[in-house]
Amino acid sequence: MPDLRSAPLPPLCERDHVRGAPGAPLLIEYGDLECAFCAVFHARLEALRASVPLRHVYRHFPVRSSHPRAHAAACATEAAGLQGAFWEMHDAILADQGHMEDPHLWALAQRLGLDLERFEADRRSDAVNVRVGEDFMGGVRAGVVTTPTVFIDGVAYTGEALSARLAALQAQV
Amino acid sequence: MTPLAPGSQAPAVRLERFDADPFTEADFLGQTTVLVFYPFAFSSVCTDQLSLYDQLRGEFADRGATLYGVSCDSVWAQAAFKERLGIEMEQLSDFEPKGAACRAFGVYHPGGFPQRALVIVGPDARVRWSYQAPSPGELPGANLIFDGLQAA
Repeated sequence: MPDLRSAPLPPLCERDHVRGAPGAPLLIEYGDLECAFCAVFHARLEALRASVPLRHVYRHFPVRSSHPRAHAAACATEAAGLQGAFWEMHDAILADQGHMEDPHLWALAQRLGLDLERFEADRRSDAVNVRVGEDFMGGVRAGVVTTPTVFIDGVAYTGEALSARLAALQAQV
Repeated sequence: MTPLAPGSQAPAVRLERFDADPFTEADFLGQTTVLVFYPFAFSSVCTDQLSLYDQLRGEFADRGATLYGVSCDSVWAQAAFKERLGIEMEQLSDFEPKGAACRAFGVYHPGGFPQRALVIVGPDARVRWSYQAPSPGELPGANLIFDGLQAA
């Protein structure tokens, strides 16, 4: 039985997906690829990153009942990551959340030039499913309930507080 | 009003269920019950909270705990809410007399709805652990329930 009692936010580690300027302020997001609020956050963050140096870490927090395709999408990004295309798949799925069924994921994989057979095997593999589950459980233990939840300097931001925090980052420019 | 403290006897309750006999204090006996009090069906915050807890249903079951959602909505509204969310967590309605069980557990908001609160009742029908969110808009993480189950 996994321990699900309260625990601190898992620190940035080797296997985390991270992009942005080294040394820049760190945003650790727990997100769900089928969540509309996550897509909005993603668009806002990408616009912000154009002018503000930030590092973005993405961790999986797919909630099945609300978003039946979120887990499959998360596994697809991990499988793409094994071929060096995590962020490309991540961005492509968030840019078109209306198309997340298997044929759409295959089409995306092809568009990104991935080895389709390997992608297909990897996204269904135990290793990838466990990886996504571990992100989720780490989030649960850190008190994540909703998506997106973004940790900045150890503080969790959601909803309007997150929006205000992004506005404050923008205003610093 | 504060939630019943650990050690308190669980009060007599009669909570309506959609498709079963009412839930009463007798239902506490022999199982670990987690009552998830939430303000309103269909409000966005409750939606996130219940979906997350439901996803962890297997983990709670492994620890011998059964979760129930409790609100003052009618059983019809709760059933529709449950269906909309696609969750399995059983819902208990504190509709008439409105909020009687919430008051008995010390979790009735002056605004006329349940506080966002969690109460663990042991198989001996005694409160083992309770928690009330600082405000109804704040979502208690599932980690708190696992902490509570461990403490209990």
